[in-house]
Amino acid sequence: MPQRQLTGTRIRERRLDLGLRQADLASKAGISASYLNLIEHNRRRIGGKILNDLARGLNVDASMLSEGTEKVVLDQLRSAAVEQTEVEVEIDRTEEFAGRTPGWAALVLAQARRIERLEGRVQALTDRLAHDPQLAASLHDVITAVTSIRSTSSILVGEEVIDRDWQTRFHRNIYEDSQRLAESSRALVQYLDAPTEDGGAPLSPNEEVEAEIEKNPDLLYALVSGDRPELPHLRSRAAQSMMDGIFDRFAADVIKLPQGLFEKTAREMAYDPEKLARHFEVQIDVVLRRLALLRVEDGHPETALAICDRAGALTFLRNGAAFGLSRTGFPCPLWPIYEALTQPLRPLRQVVMFQGNEGQELLCYAVAVPTSPPSFEAPQLIEGVMLVIPRNPSAKRTDLLVGPGCRVCQRSGCSARREPSILSEIEEVHQTF
Amino acid sequence: MAKRVLVIEDEPNITEAISFILSRDGWTVHTHSDGETANERIKATPPDLIILDVMLPGKSGFDILRDLRAEEGTSELPVLMLTARGQARDRELAEKLGVTQFMTKPFSNAEVLESVRALARD
Repeated sequence: MPQRQLTGTRIRERRLDLGLRQADLASKAGISASYLNLIEHNRRRIGGKILNDLARGLNVDASMLSEGTEKVVLDQLRSAAVEQTEVEVEIDRTEEFAGRTPGWAALVLAQARRIERLEGRVQALTDRLAHDPQLAASLHDVITAVTSIRSTSSILVGEEVIDRDWQTRFHRNIYEDSQRLAESSRALVQYLDAPTEDGGAPLSPNEEVEAEIEKNPDLLYALVSGDRPELPHLRSRAAQSMMDGIFDRFAADVIKLPQGLFEKTAREMAYDPEKLARHFEVQIDVVLRRLALLRVEDGHPETALAICDRAGALTFLRNGAAFGLSRTGFPCPLWPIYEALTQPLRPLRQVVMFQGNEGQELLCYAVAVPTSPPSFEAPQLIEGVMLVIPRNPSAKRTDLLVGPGCRVCQRSGCSARREPSILSEIEEVHQTF
Repeated sequence: MAKRVLVIEDEPNITEAISFILSRDGWTVHTHSDGETANERIKATPPDLIILDVMLPGKSGFDILRDLRAEEGTSELPVLMLTARGQARDRELAEKLGVTQFMTKPFSNAEVLESVRALARD
């Protein structure tokens, strides 16, 4: 039965492609228009003479009308339908679906294959966590050292008096275990940072783009010379398109602030975004993005650049990890970029210190700018841009302490905390904050 | 006479800490660090209670426990099993093999002491 259905669909599609009316084709084939209508809607089985006459009228070989969609495609579609249990699918109409909407059918198949790949990857990662001997050994080393330190130190701080020999022994044990803990935790971090067997494929198009820029920083630096580099080959089309958009954007900034002049002026104005924006008569966000394209190798300060949308989602992040900015999980809401979102067009300058990287102050410039035209009909879209420049600690009190995101932030008493930490909280010991 | 506990653990510093707190609590503590010869050692000088690590050189704590339960003289011997792997399936396996109590590392000394005292009373 499905074969018959597809034939009718193909006849109809071919006729419409040729711009023929049903009556015209019916006449050519020597049948009535109403009968052709039934055939086209797969309500009549045809073959032999009528099929040949219709094929002649449509100027195609009869087999092109009668042959079904490739069996393999249909099998895959049926298999995709059977493998999921959430939706009831009309499996008996698979061929009709594939014939009527081949593009959608191809999409369903592509997505089914993608789901299969992703499930495979999730399984591989799960297996890795559960069974990877290297990971298990590393974790075992860490837990063993922690157990020993915990047990031994609690003897030492207990209320009962311990003789001097035992004290010395336990101190030595704690020292040895702490050394071992340091080594095994370092090994664990290195292992978790190492690329996976599939090349450590980034999980999202954003991450893919950023990984490519990190791997090849010249991609962006090439833009300052006015040359648009060739788009790198990225795994996903979404990432490719995003990279193209990033090139467009930074190239436009370079046109507004050409390299030679901007570089020289930036040095003269000590990289002050406000002065530079005024001097070149551009918005501050353009200057912030442009400063991020100055190379350390040319004697300019190291920078990180973060861009987020109105919801606070990071849409671009470069060199962020070096200063504690991360797109993993939900970031610390205290970063100035989020404050800028609350006051569009008002530039912010704030010195922050990242918890976990104490000793280095970060000078943050942030501004939020509209990205859609004002309208009564649609919400105003805005974008936050933040440039981060590390600097040596000043005698001046640091304005703000930011964290790595609540789940892994140990800071206690933080009014911005949105969820408890999975680590135990610690009291603030840095009295300067 | 003080009750005897055998600590089968291959990490010397953990063994030392456990031995210290148990000795201070009045136990006679013996230690053993090799999995392969653990069952022979138990058979030679049966303790009143065993603290058994899972990951041992030569033979795992699970295998030692299995052999203990198969022997008439040790089938009821209290065993407190210590492991750095707290996964549910490890606990299930230990229970299936007849562990008396299962404890994940890092444990506190108080927990170990309390468990040992409770097992000795049972």
